[in-house]
Amino acid sequence: MTTAIDLRTNTAGIRLASLSKSYGSVRAVDGIDLVIAPGETVALLGPNGAGKSTTIDMILGLAKPDTGSVQVFGMTPAQAIAQGAIGAMLQTGQLLRDLTVRELIDMMASLYPNPMGVDEVLSVTGIEDIADRRTQKLSGGQTQRVRSAIALVSNPDLLILDEPTVAMDVEVRREFWTSMREFAARGKTVVFATHYLEEADAYADRIVLMARGRIVADGPATEIKATVGLRTIKATLPGVPISSLTALEGVQTAELRGEAVALHCKDSDAAIRALLRAFPAVSDIEIAGAGLEEAFLLLTGDEKSEELS
Amino acid sequence: MNLTYLRYELVRSVRNKRAFIFSLIFPLVLFYAVAGANRHIQLEGIPFPTYYLAGMASFGTMVAMTSVGARIAAERQAGWNRQLRLTPLTTRAYLRAKVLTGYLTALITIILLFIAGATLGVHLTPTNVLHMTELVLIGLIPFAALGIWIGHLFTPDSIGPFIGGGISLLALLGGAYTPIATHGALHVIAQATPTYWLVQAGHTLAGQPSWSAKGWITVAAWAVGLSVLAARAFRRDTARV
Repeated sequence: MTTAIDLRTNTAGIRLASLSKSYGSVRAVDGIDLVIAPGETVALLGPNGAGKSTTIDMILGLAKPDTGSVQVFGMTPAQAIAQGAIGAMLQTGQLLRDLTVRELIDMMASLYPNPMGVDEVLSVTGIEDIADRRTQKLSGGQTQRVRSAIALVSNPDLLILDEPTVAMDVEVRREFWTSMREFAARGKTVVFATHYLEEADAYADRIVLMARGRIVADGPATEIKATVGLRTIKATLPGVPISSLTALEGVQTAELRGEAVALHCKDSDAAIRALLRAFPAVSDIEIAGAGLEEAFLLLTGDEKSEELS
Repeated sequence: MNLTYLRYELVRSVRNKRAFIFSLIFPLVLFYAVAGANRHIQLEGIPFPTYYLAGMASFGTMVAMTSVGARIAAERQAGWNRQLRLTPLTTRAYLRAKVLTGYLTALITIILLFIAGATLGVHLTPTNVLHMTELVLIGLIPFAALGIWIGHLFTPDSIGPFIGGGISLLALLGGAYTPIATHGALHVIAQATPTYWLVQAGHTLAGQPSWSAKGWITVAAWAVGLSVLAARAFRRDTARV
């Protein structure tokens, strides 16, 4: 595959155009346009029901779009899969029984035109120690790592991971991302879905933020983190004009409700110091990290009524 | 044909204890227990061990073929066929490997029974062994289709009783366990089962005639009917994305 990064031609790793998919009356994906360059590591970040999995299913050809198109390295998903260009770890799924881990990976490798060597896959994913164990005797975390090995065995140019770390504990999660990073460093394109901002920020170059089937933000990880990583300071503070609150260091927006103030902060540490310095009378202080859900509401505030209906 | 893939399918079917016991061990043990005790008896002009070898061969091979269905059902439930859709393996190649695995385990069953038969004095020549094997393999075509059909129809939990009950009923009606009526309504029913013709294939070992036209037509009709059902269930299942 080509590694030239040119978003205007067919060399895009993934190109989604006006992609939509409904299940019954639910618009799971609602008109998505997205271009991912070869070699990028991109996080699809969003709460449950944002349309991440449906988007991934369409990229993989497991679901048929109602409208719009999907191209992977300029091909249809089916063509890309036939060439072994895509490896994927789906959200759910068990392993085939009655084989050892090594046998299962060897079996899967035999299906592809240019697979990675079995020993290499075992080593990249750090599962050499369980290579001779039967697949039905693995723990949940071990099963996930074998599933990631299956995703890598074709030596794909595009690796897709749908909430890969959900069943993993902290330790396994870290090891998992270390091996995925190692794989991405070979110039591979990696797309993963997650609902953890920290995970997206730590492992992706770029974050595509999804909510209710749409892309609500798309940019470098640091930028998106600044947008959604807000903290809110709530306090009681009578008789202060809103302009003097928004002027405080670290504060992005402020709300006033009677004597209650709410400050949405980019830098809550700086903001609380500035607040206490400027208004020593402030009381009932609470500082809370805005959850992802809350951040989405801020970003997509104009659609709140839609959600209620 | 991907031989590595096929080899692992075969390894898996041998390691699956339940299928292994019912398609290989059970017929073998029953053959020794029942035919061994009655080895000098003649039945319908056929030495009893030969008669019983035919019955056990039909039973074991039917189980071997329909176990393919159990494996398909289990893989569907585990989400494994979704995983396979992300590989270059076509569904056609997937089913081909499954059916071939069924046939290979069926062959192992027959070979083991031939060896057991030889120790009890069953008359075996290369010609009649080959002739019986050939007819059994053809007679199993309906069961290959049956396996694919039920594999797409049942869950892994419900398919076990279906295979156990269904195969036992077919074995009973078709005369695999005990001699069946040689005339009357029961005989007509027996001849309408695909099992009866598997048993008849075994009787060729004792110099009985090969399948009549009725046999060929019955086996073909079952093969076509079950293939249509299998194809329909398969399409319905894979169309769902």
